[in-house]
Amino acid sequence: MAETVTTTGDANTGRQSRSGKDTLLDARGLTKRFGDILANDRVDLVINRGEIHALLGENGAGKSTLVKMFYGSLEPDGGEILWQGHRVDIGNPAAARDLGIGMVFQHFSLFEALSVVENIALALPNPGRMSDLSNRIQTVSRDYGLPLNPNDIVADLPVGIRQRIEIVRCLLQEPQLIIMDEPTSVLTPQEADLLFLTLERLAKEGCAVLYISHRLEEVKRICHHATILRHGQVVRECDPTKETPASLASMMVGADVASVSASSQKPVIGETRLALKNLSAKAATPFATALNNISLDLRAGEVVAIAGVAGNGQGELFDAISGEMPLAADMVVLDGKPCGNRNITWRRRQKAAFVPEERLGHGAVPGMKLSQNIVLTRHSTGDKLVNAAFVSTANAGKMEQRIKKTFDVRMSHDDPEARSLSGGNLQKFVVGRELDRKPGVLIVNQPTWGVDAGAAALIRQALIDLARSGSAVLVISQDLDEIFEIADRIAVISRGYLSEAEPTDNMNRERVGLLMAGGAEAQGEVA
Amino acid sequence: MRVELVKRKERSRKMALLSPLIAVGLTAIAAGIIFSISGHNPLSGLYKFFIEPLTQEWSFNATIAKATPLILIACGLSVCYLSNNWNIGAEGQFIVGALFGSALPILMPEFENAATLPLMMVFGMIGGALWALIPALLKTRFNTNEILTSLMLVYVASLLLDYLVRGPWRDPGGYNFPESALFSDAATLSTIPGTSISFAAPITLIVAIVLAVVLGKTLKGFEIRVMGESPRAGGFAGFSARKLTLFSFATAGALAGLAGTMEVSGALNQLLPTISPGYGFTAIIVAFLGRLNPFGIIVAGFVLALSYIGGEAVQSAMGVSNKIASVIQGLLLFFVLACDTLILYRVRFVGQRGSAGEASHV
Repeated sequence: MAETVTTTGDANTGRQSRSGKDTLLDARGLTKRFGDILANDRVDLVINRGEIHALLGENGAGKSTLVKMFYGSLEPDGGEILWQGHRVDIGNPAAARDLGIGMVFQHFSLFEALSVVENIALALPNPGRMSDLSNRIQTVSRDYGLPLNPNDIVADLPVGIRQRIEIVRCLLQEPQLIIMDEPTSVLTPQEADLLFLTLERLAKEGCAVLYISHRLEEVKRICHHATILRHGQVVRECDPTKETPASLASMMVGADVASVSASSQKPVIGETRLALKNLSAKAATPFATALNNISLDLRAGEVVAIAGVAGNGQGELFDAISGEMPLAADMVVLDGKPCGNRNITWRRRQKAAFVPEERLGHGAVPGMKLSQNIVLTRHSTGDKLVNAAFVSTANAGKMEQRIKKTFDVRMSHDDPEARSLSGGNLQKFVVGRELDRKPGVLIVNQPTWGVDAGAAALIRQALIDLARSGSAVLVISQDLDEIFEIADRIAVISRGYLSEAEPTDNMNRERVGLLMAGGAEAQGEVA
Repeated sequence: MRVELVKRKERSRKMALLSPLIAVGLTAIAAGIIFSISGHNPLSGLYKFFIEPLTQEWSFNATIAKATPLILIACGLSVCYLSNNWNIGAEGQFIVGALFGSALPILMPEFENAATLPLMMVFGMIGGALWALIPALLKTRFNTNEILTSLMLVYVASLLLDYLVRGPWRDPGGYNFPESALFSDAATLSTIPGTSISFAAPITLIVAIVLAVVLGKTLKGFEIRVMGESPRAGGFAGFSARKLTLFSFATAGALAGLAGTMEVSGALNQLLPTISPGYGFTAIIVAFLGRLNPFGIIVAGFVLALSYIGGEAVQSAMGVSNKIASVIQGLLLFFVLACDTLILYRVRFVGQRGSAGEASHV
């Protein structure tokens, strides 16, 4: 394709100057099509040695598709990849690893019942003797400031450590390029700082890092170069250290992102709508988290956020409040009525509404149309969706139209199956479905997880507006930026203990980070 | 060249209708190959198997008689399968239903009035439902695998039937043959006047229509489909998986039991050591071939009934073992399940690529 000096647009000018003798990977005109969708359209990307290269873009912009082609899990339909100046065909991940390309996945591919060393041995082509491998793991992990005990069982380890296993596994193969997909989404701020040190050290040693993240603050902080994708095309390249998070965001979205106005309006706090009293629950499975003596008062008019690193009991707490996990009656009190032993339908009739973390398979049935997915949560809430045991398709269709319009849910044709919507659009739908009820109490787990900047701003604003209109909103989130943006009070969950909810003004990132890393636990045990 | 399956964004409505037809076509081709391997003309074999039974009145009526229990059982099974409950034991529920239904005419032969037949049917439904609730309770209580337990109970039921007709329920005046006394007229399901079609056929049709309405239009039907597709979302909707397991097994058992009662009171008129040529198992194929939709099940019931009649036809006309019927039924289920892939996936042919490496996805 175009390898001469002809410039076809400002996007290309950057690349021409960047390709040189230090170039590790040079992708030219990479194209990948899925059915009618062009996921990558003639993407050019140059990664140099010793560079931390950010790959930015909204959901569906084509980042994952691109890195999957680098890692050999997808085959390009057009274009070529040059590795250290030679054209290569990366047929599968093993071939990528042979070249020196390693990848750390967003969703861990670890066996929980096995030990650290066993998990790493499984991924290596020639693991050798287990005792030798254990020693290597200890040495390498200590060297890079990511200490690991090779004999620990993965199930017992927190998420931050699990990510370390993935990184160390990758490092043992002595890669020259490491691809990282949203590595900090599961880390406390302190853990993320440690990771950044490791990355900087790797870069100094000449290793290149391709870094995918939605967190623009950290991109600005650690990355040397950024490539921005939109709709499958490279739209910009820039030096992130010279940009602001806001300017990076607008490059990604292609327009200015509306800022969320939280604290401009002082909340008018009313009476307690939801009270958790010494809520405790045993872990249902060996991999679940037990909840310990959780107490919280959620009052009308406010947004309370629960911060925490993934896997510290957020899902279990959500199930306990929603009624999917039955408890003793007085552990959960809705508007003065004890209801720990009532089911979710009873709680919905008390004007409570719930949005779970998992959109597909929990919040919505993948193979059902949106209108049917409205019936899912609103069949018994007096919305005229069910008359004498018969479902009213007409009324469900009207509601679907209304929610689609109010919350700007974009779809290729009317009333599609839930699974065909993109993550952000489905999230707008799932949140919109509950907001449309004007609930008295709203519980949301990860309201904007994996959602692009534009949709996230819309959802956050809607949550604040709901609270200001006199409802109580509880947000469980792992995104600190989001929490500080919308919360009036912040509590932190750690290993199933909840710290006391304190006004946002009294909190800062450092304090939240300490609570995340176990401070909440200590506080909870004292209480 | 390589064949790739590309995931569709949504399920294809066209393929949902076409896939059973493709499966039937592939089965016919495979059956033709089997005929020719065993030394027969494949075309005349296929004609005698699939077409000829429909051209004569007696064999057409026989097809309806066989299709009736298949459709009724498959309707019940569809409730189970839609809600992700794998009831494989309809054969046993059919037998126990027949036993419960027969208890009245065998133990109280003098109870003869207009209520006899309806009572037998109710008993039959209760019997089938109770038998089906055993694996359902084991599943909800102890988390046992219902595929195994429901299947094992089939053999328990069939041995129970064998014991009863050879022992306590044997006809005292029957020269020691292992069969019960013939049922009285009041306990016999009659045929539609002027035809030789049993009243079981219209009853089954009504059940299928009612079920279609329940599944398609009511909240209960919605609950069944949600639970089958995504139990977690079903829990979020406030539906109870436990209650639905009991409900779906009881429904399937009741309908299989009703089919069993109508079979012994109509077609057979007495209990025999064997009362079913595997209806309960064949109905599994009927349910899937019919896309778990009552109207599809009616069509599929006829196709499978035809395989019984056609099996007998090729046996008598061409000397082919009537086991060919089971083989063709098995092939049909195999192709139906395979073709279902096309609903969510699109087949794409990819040209040869330079590297030998097959894309392996991690």
